[in-house]
Amino acid sequence: MSNRRDFMGMALGAFTGLGALGALYAAKRTWDPLPSVKAAGFATIDLSNVPENTLHVEKWRGKPILIIKVAKNSKPNTAPNGNDKNAYDDKRLITVGGHKFMIVVGLCTHLGCIPDYFPDKHKFICPCHGGQFNAAGEVLKAPPPSPLVIPPFKIDGTKVVLGEEGPEYKKLKESGLVS
Amino acid sequence: MAHFDPNARPFSHKWLNERLAIDTLKRVLSTEYWIPKNINFLWAMGMVLAATFGMLLISGIFLLMYYVPTTKEAFDSVNYTIMSQVGYGWLWRHIHGVAASVVFLIIYIHMFTGIYYGSYKRGREMIWISGMLLFVTFSAEAFSGYMLPWGQMSYWAGMVITNLFSLGSLHLNGLVEWIRGDYVPGQAFLSRFFMLHVLLMPLIIIGLIVLHFGTLRIPHVNNKDGEEFDFEAEAEKWKAGHRKESKVIPFNPVFLSKDVFVLGIYFMFFFYLVFYHFEFAMDPVNFDPANGLKTPPHIYPEWYFLWSYEILRPFSKNVGLIWFGFAQVIFFLLPFLDRSPNVAPANRRGIFKIWFWLLLIDMVGLTIMGKLPPVDPWSKFGTVFAYTFIALWFALPFITKMEKPVGGK
Repeated sequence: MSNRRDFMGMALGAFTGLGALGALYAAKRTWDPLPSVKAAGFATIDLSNVPENTLHVEKWRGKPILIIKVAKNSKPNTAPNGNDKNAYDDKRLITVGGHKFMIVVGLCTHLGCIPDYFPDKHKFICPCHGGQFNAAGEVLKAPPPSPLVIPPFKIDGTKVVLGEEGPEYKKLKESGLVS
Repeated sequence: MAHFDPNARPFSHKWLNERLAIDTLKRVLSTEYWIPKNINFLWAMGMVLAATFGMLLISGIFLLMYYVPTTKEAFDSVNYTIMSQVGYGWLWRHIHGVAASVVFLIIYIHMFTGIYYGSYKRGREMIWISGMLLFVTFSAEAFSGYMLPWGQMSYWAGMVITNLFSLGSLHLNGLVEWIRGDYVPGQAFLSRFFMLHVLLMPLIIIGLIVLHFGTLRIPHVNNKDGEEFDFEAEAEKWKAGHRKESKVIPFNPVFLSKDVFVLGIYFMFFFYLVFYHFEFAMDPVNFDPANGLKTPPHIYPEWYFLWSYEILRPFSKNVGLIWFGFAQVIFFLLPFLDRSPNVAPANRRGIFKIWFWLLLIDMVGLTIMGKLPPVDPWSKFGTVFAYTFIALWFALPFITKMEKPVGGK
């Protein structure tokens, strides 16, 4: 008698458990980004008219993209962590049409605020927790743990296509410089 | 077999009593639920919280009739429709905003009262834990509600707080995008936080309030001296007419009448804020519509989250996250970190008295620093306060272990 009850109990438990797992999976999938969100992931930006050492902001996947045509002398005025090299020599810059550009996702790698650019200081300062970056997106002051992220890009003449991985992006990725 | 009198008049007392046992319910839940006499106004904070939750619920119902949860219309539905078109719409909004802020003030008073009098141990652990669960769910409710007007602070608080779930160097960006339903906070994010705010979180909160009341039943409410006495024996004294000698009073009507007096004073303060100083609960930054391409110059949470937010700031990202997580869970462990068997007010507990006041001052300090911009000297003070907070909790088991027994009165 008790064996039969145990069996019924376990069978009921197992089926209910399966159903619960299925429901959990469905709930998880319901919260996934929709296909339409995933698909609208490309932006083409013309860089031929971007002025030097001035912040240029574009939008890609709802995120701000920060672009600077980096000047020959882009040494930050101060660098609390000692990283005061000239941003112009940085390997993270992307050469488009003979000029060097910083192209990054404009969200601080600490918690996602947009850092402000100060052209005279050649640096970014984040308004939320005081993190700093140079004109190539490298960290000058914590708390951000890593440089500003370089989005996937493909160079097309004087334009870049964001969301597509071109050979230059793959090269940066191999050298571990994209994030 | 239950007995039903066929001659009982429908809906008469007898008729209802036979069907619903209303006399038993009333006795068990109110007229014979015993509260100690030796208490002060701080023991009314539970009812003050229940009443404030009631204010939030009622004002929320009215706001819900005109609020539109879309990224295009949310801002205007709040700031234009509700504020200037709906008759008395401003009243519901100001009650809702003020109550959301004040409820945390009372929660903190309620918590620190419990810490001061040792009302979290010797059978009262579940009261403390269910109360902390309410603190967490109220926090989630406050955060999800803050998203709804879809202003600049809504958007950027949503961005910053959801980014915490990437868990630093673990780079769980997939998890962050899953929570948002998009790469950045957008329509999917607003809709799901709307659902959480108006349905799921309130359901959980109501369930937890019932649990919190339930946890009080067996250990009973603490008293000003942490004195342990036989509630049954004291209740018998009261029922036998020896009301002066008894150490207890019934919840209804005696304790409730004290509660109602405190509620009266509280609501004067509450409605003074609603009518004359609602602006403290309305951040000016959130009167700009959300813009994903422009960060406000200084992002800060509402005042009640500042102390834990300030614990994030002085450290590098991963370390900051670890201490932030620590700050979120450590209060849950209070009944187990306090190694002393004493249930007594902090001023009779030696070093614990200093610990209590240091913790309180430290959290006020963290709150003030969290509001100031992240520049020196404020960030230096913030760092000191953050380290002090951590050190206090690590010290707690040791100082309470050394504590001498204090006799109750």
